[in-house]
Amino acid sequence: MSAPAAIAHDTDDVLVGRPSDTELSDQLLSTTWRPMTRAWKIGFAICGLLTLNLLVMVTLTVLRGIGLWGNNIPVAWGFGIINFVWWIGIGHAGTFISAILLLLEQRWRTSINRFTEGMTLFAVMQAGLFPLLHLGRPWFAYWLFPYPSVMDTWPQVRSALPWDAAAVTTYFSVSVMFWYLGLVPDLAALRDRAPSRTRRIIYGIFALGWRGSVRQWRHYHVAYLLLAGLATPLVLSVHSIVSLDFASTILPGWHSTIFPPFFVAGAILSGFAMVLILILPARRVFGLYNVITPRHLDAAAKMLLITSWIVAYSYIAELFTAWYSGDRYEVYQQIVNRPFGWYAWAYWLMLFCNCVATQVFWSRRMRRSPVVLFAVSVLVSIGMWFERFEIIVVSLSRDFLPSSWYIFIPTWVDLGILAGTLGFFGLLFLAFLRVVPFVPVTELKQMRAEMVHEEVRR
Amino acid sequence: MTRAASARPVLMAEFSSGPALLDGIRALAGSGMSRLDAFTPYEVAGLRQLLGVRRSWLSWIVLAAALAGGGGAYLLQWWINVVDYPLNIGGRPYHSAPAFLPITFEMAVLCASAAALLSAIVLGGLPRLWDPVFEIDGFDRATIDRFWVAVGAGDAALPAIDDAQGRIDITTALGAAGALRVLWLDAADRPDRPGWRDTREDAR
Repeated sequence: MSAPAAIAHDTDDVLVGRPSDTELSDQLLSTTWRPMTRAWKIGFAICGLLTLNLLVMVTLTVLRGIGLWGNNIPVAWGFGIINFVWWIGIGHAGTFISAILLLLEQRWRTSINRFTEGMTLFAVMQAGLFPLLHLGRPWFAYWLFPYPSVMDTWPQVRSALPWDAAAVTTYFSVSVMFWYLGLVPDLAALRDRAPSRTRRIIYGIFALGWRGSVRQWRHYHVAYLLLAGLATPLVLSVHSIVSLDFASTILPGWHSTIFPPFFVAGAILSGFAMVLILILPARRVFGLYNVITPRHLDAAAKMLLITSWIVAYSYIAELFTAWYSGDRYEVYQQIVNRPFGWYAWAYWLMLFCNCVATQVFWSRRMRRSPVVLFAVSVLVSIGMWFERFEIIVVSLSRDFLPSSWYIFIPTWVDLGILAGTLGFFGLLFLAFLRVVPFVPVTELKQMRAEMVHEEVRR
Repeated sequence: MTRAASARPVLMAEFSSGPALLDGIRALAGSGMSRLDAFTPYEVAGLRQLLGVRRSWLSWIVLAAALAGGGGAYLLQWWINVVDYPLNIGGRPYHSAPAFLPITFEMAVLCASAAALLSAIVLGGLPRLWDPVFEIDGFDRATIDRFWVAVGAGDAALPAIDDAQGRIDITTALGAAGALRVLWLDAADRPDRPGWRDTREDAR
């Protein structure tokens, strides 16, 4: 924003320079009304086309049935569940940043928390699509929820699948509420600042008449902290419950107590990768170098490194447990089939992306290089997708009876739906960038005031 | 109290920063005024304490909602499995507490979060799309970069102060504290009419 101030201050800070409240508001609110850049338009067009493709593929699936997908007994959980687990995992970094880092008072969270919460919402929306379609008859999806039906039956709550439905529904709802509460003061700012009357009216309605009076802040503050506190266990519980869908079965490769923490670490790894994939272009397109600084990139890269090691540890622990158990099916699955079986290439690709590629972040220079960060994040996203492929397809394709062994090959509908959700995710995300301020203005102004206060006292 | 303090302000002053606002409030409190409200673009450290606004009791609502949500979910699961639709699955007990926990936990979190959001909105006097203070010229910067203090009508100290000399004294005191503008809003005027404007303005 202001070049002289940027030079005067440490560029390694979470905020470059000390722009005034006015400057920060103008810069960050204007992302909603500035003319759209060409990069944004091209991105929107591509994502729109992919979304249309998703619509076609989903329609086909609903019309013809999931026989159009590649999964079949014994690989009953093909792309549908891989994509579900992958997308929902991506959401976790958003909640991690917005809730856990808020409670830990990490300042580098502030500029990127709304952005990542948006990512969470849109990722969970993609995730929700898959179990729904995988039901085969999605119009009966409401059978998952307990309601007094005329059939006189109820969902079986001793099975892990209704837990999943409860966990994902709660996760989505709590994420929306947390996101909206954080937005209210910024919507009020837009109500007072947006250039056209129509926009002011629309933002005004969503701002609910927020005045920023001390009595409003009093309740708001506590509610926001409480929502953060409530969202925090969800970061751990949602993917833990997803992992129980696997761990509570006896299939070799699934029947393991390490699954909940292993899934959570993988979720945060893939989520931070997606944060970087989205934030690097957005920062460039909207010129937000002063609020999303090398410090933020550095912190996110360190999170990638840490979670990558937790994931690496889990891979080693899986191998060790299989060997130590002496169970011939586990030993075959973990030590023979995964690294040397038909799908061995996927195993080594996963190891390279999740455990080897991230090691560049030991170097400070690499942690701050947008190109390296972007490239490694793409690799990690691919690697984490293949981790779920490994868990689901590879395990299912080789179960106890060699006579039922099977090689899974995805169909063009599988691939089309995966590409379609990527496009739909992108479409929602690009729209989000233009509709609300994606850097929380109010929180950033407050953080700046606190920083100035501390500097004066020093 | 929330409504009363903000419904009809008689005196409002605008400041350019949080610390200046705190100085202005100290000046008003020095004249014995107590019915104060402040409007700020973000939370100003120390403001709540200065105005004597206590920590929100909203957490108790949230706790109650969490207990109700979790308890209700557990009871429902028990009733489904034990009373209304018992299914024998490998001889496992109908009342399986460990298997009921995930949904119990999720519903507790869901209800608590909904309660937190709704309470923050309702206790803050929202939704209320229009408020008299919105009619004040320049109040739209209260969400951007201006900090306002308001003295509500019916402040016990007002009748003693509110004459020509008293107004000048307070305006001067607020100006010394750094107020950009001090507005006396004539109580006789209807604050809900669009033509409602400050009757006296002291631009510094």
